[in-house]
Amino acid sequence: MARLLDVIREDLELTGTKEGCGEGECGACSVILNGKLVNSCLVPAVQAEGAELRTIEGVASDEQLHSVQESFLHCGGAQCGICTPGMVMAAVDLLKRCPHPDEAQIRDGLAGNLCRCTGYGKIVDSVAQAAERAIQVAEESRS
Amino acid sequence: MNPSLHIGHSRIRKEGRAKVTGEAQYTDDVRMEYMLYGVTVRSSVPRGILKGIEFGEGIPWDEFVIVTAKDVPGELNVALIERDQPFLALDRINHPEEPVVLLAHADRYLLEKARAAVHLDIEPLPPLFDLEESLACKEVIWGQDNLFKKILIEKGDVDSVWAGAAHVVEGEYKTGSQEQLYIEPNGAIAVANAEAGVTVWGSLQCPYYVHTALKALFNLPDDKVRVIQMETGGGFGGKEDYPSLIAGHAALLSLKAGGRPVKIVYDREEDMVATTKRHPSRTRIRSAFDAEGRLLALDIDFALDGGAYLTLSPVVLSRGAIHAGGPYRCPNTSIRARAAATNTPPHGAFRGFGAPQSLFAIERHMDVAAAQMGMDPIALRKQNLLRMGDATATGQIIKENVDLPGLLDHALEKLDYSAKKENHRIHNASLGPIKKGLGFAIFMHGCGFTGSGESYLASVAGVEGRADGKVHVLAASTEMGQGANTILSQVVAEVLKVPLEYVEVVRPDTALVPDSGPTVASRTTMVVGKLVQEAAIGLRQTLIQSGFLKVPYDGEGFSSAVKQYIAKNDHLKAYSQYNTPPQIVWDDQLYKGDAYTTFAWACYAAEVAVDTRTFEVKVEDFVAFQEVGRVLNPTLAEGQIEGGVAQGIGYGLSEQVVWSKGRMANGQMTNYIMATSMDIPRIRVYFEENPYPNGPGGAKGLGELPMDGPAPALLNAVQDALGTSAPREIPLTPERLMDLLDLMDFLEPSNV
Ligand code: FES
Ligand code: FES
Repeated sequence: MARLLDVIREDLELTGTKEGCGEGECGACSVILNGKLVNSCLVPAVQAEGAELRTIEGVASDEQLHSVQESFLHCGGAQCGICTPGMVMAAVDLLKRCPHPDEAQIRDGLAGNLCRCTGYGKIVDSVAQAAERAIQVAEESRS
Repeated sequence: MNPSLHIGHSRIRKEGRAKVTGEAQYTDDVRMEYMLYGVTVRSSVPRGILKGIEFGEGIPWDEFVIVTAKDVPGELNVALIERDQPFLALDRINHPEEPVVLLAHADRYLLEKARAAVHLDIEPLPPLFDLEESLACKEVIWGQDNLFKKILIEKGDVDSVWAGAAHVVEGEYKTGSQEQLYIEPNGAIAVANAEAGVTVWGSLQCPYYVHTALKALFNLPDDKVRVIQMETGGGFGGKEDYPSLIAGHAALLSLKAGGRPVKIVYDREEDMVATTKRHPSRTRIRSAFDAEGRLLALDIDFALDGGAYLTLSPVVLSRGAIHAGGPYRCPNTSIRARAAATNTPPHGAFRGFGAPQSLFAIERHMDVAAAQMGMDPIALRKQNLLRMGDATATGQIIKENVDLPGLLDHALEKLDYSAKKENHRIHNASLGPIKKGLGFAIFMHGCGFTGSGESYLASVAGVEGRADGKVHVLAASTEMGQGANTILSQVVAEVLKVPLEYVEVVRPDTALVPDSGPTVASRTTMVVGKLVQEAAIGLRQTLIQSGFLKVPYDGEGFSSAVKQYIAKNDHLKAYSQYNTPPQIVWDDQLYKGDAYTTFAWACYAAEVAVDTRTFEVKVEDFVAFQEVGRVLNPTLAEGQIEGGVAQGIGYGLSEQVVWSKGRMANGQMTNYIMATSMDIPRIRVYFEENPYPNGPGGAKGLGELPMDGPAPALLNAVQDALGTSAPREIPLTPERLMDLLDLMDFLEPSNV
């Protein structure tokens, strides 16, 4: 049975979504399906019929990186990069649910995404910085 | 001194943008026209004789590309240190994941069915799984005596010491295997045909290792084999030697398929069970001290389980043996090291490469010894730490001004050792189930290849001016997350005094870049960085001599000089080759002399909370304090240390490989436990900068260092928390700790 992950990577040729385990453990395949973060390796493709899907390819708008991506760059949140698309999706999802997370909330929000390179510290910093950027942008637009 | 333009600055990772947008191309992201998928049929029996291969009913076998050992056009065995490991088993089976048959087909689902329908007829032979049984030659499964390598390091005379010593302390320490668990599994794509030769794209650390292995496998000259590194999703040593096998398999299938591209990407379980892991170890230490705690003798027996084939075991053993004496001054030392065969898949490179095993033993032993002698572990260390002018176990004189007692003090200060110690004393005296403790480890890691390795490699790297005015770095050193692209660019841009955007690193491709050696051994920054630095100096010189570049200049001026030069001379390249610094002398036979050109030094300190009901050890605080020469890019360097410490915490506490008849029984992320963001605290990283004159910009290597310290620091902290020196084996899982404490009746009411 085809998985949503296969449809994304092979039929849609959106290879930014990665496969790290195929068993729902690593989160490298994270996408946002109908507004919810899911592991696309666990979702049967048929279940996504007619659904709204957002992958890493839909996070930046044209040349403009999303604040989460920008922060991952500046804080060193990506090393080998294989977990990064999934991490970015998880972070985008977290900040939507919880725009001002503290460190514990960030760690909790990313707990479904494994990273073997960073030890998570710089990923946590990246998400915290992205939240701050969002606040600044909001304040600037208000003033 | 002029302030640096790039050195010491946290420049953004060169390929970072491609990674955060998902545009970076990893091996599995590539699809080619007419591409087939490949799979491997493995032995599943740990040892035996292959009698036959049957292709079961119900599969349209004529649609499949099928390869066995008989299809190999050249050398059947992988060319590495020894040629003992076959790409495909011909008749002998030596471990349960031995590749026997390769299949390719365009339909991956059918391919899986076919894989299950191949039956191997294997006559079993008695297998050997236990390291001690192998050392005792209970069965002989490799060579004359199962030994891949023996090393003896001798200094002074240990036997003259025991009788007169105030204290003699003995201990045995064990470390388990560990899976690299890069999140991108191993994979390769190959195109092979009789005329054009072989081209491979893969997730790999060492393009020229694969190049060498494929040349022998296909009996082809240098220019008929091309190896290209794709973006690589982590390596940690796990993509050092194994990619030669996968690349060879994909290429054999492609050749038989008439040149159609073949992709092999392992699923997680195959990657975990079949590819290399860290060598399990056993270390016995006998030590003698005088009444003040001065170390008089160290007698160390260090043994590694190498698995079924020799692969890299001799070099892993070598690094382990050289580090076995720790950072201590000891007049009489004897280190006997052996790597032995068992019928498990070969163990291989993993960050640290033998040193985490032997350093765990010595650093754990120092705390065991302190407890036995009734000494404070800090005072015991300070009595014995190496200083400038002292000699290591191999007789290497420390020529740099390293202040290890200072490093120890700084790490403990950052941990707030004294205040925490006092709090713990009060806390632990209460009847609560949580016991807290502090521990540390002090250690070194040799930078670059061991012994004469670097001079033997004689690596070459270069830089090239391009028609667009930019400069390309030419090296086979791979980016796998550690930051090689960025660091090499920073070093070159610093020499050329140009913005970082003017320098690009060429994707490692054996058709385009020289052999700068494998991407291992904490050597890329220090050794290859130095080569590209020298090459860049040469390139700048050429431009100045040509008259196109006039000092002072800006970025624009530089790039127009490059353009003009190329318009006139066609190309602008400069190379540099490694030369061993003159004062470095090493004797490979006697294991004496300068084992490394320099060492990185560190002290790691940890606070743990041990739950005496669940036997869980929680890391509450972790300080990593190190001296790695000059730090070229603080963000990248911190990232390396933090990631290495996280792997080290897993090594010490949770990452247990469960073996069943020579096979990893827990080859899934569900039951092999690596840390999530919830499991580890913020790792607090500090650098003491002491520029190293032979490194580019003063840098030493640092990639492996953070793997060495966490496990002993954590177990020392557990000893402190529970007041028992019993934990001597890692990983210290809750089950293992429970068994230990049960044995000691630790939880009897009188002891609580
Ligand atoms: S690939 Fe889906 S969770 Fe790992
Ligand atoms: S950056 Fe490599 S796995 Fe996260």
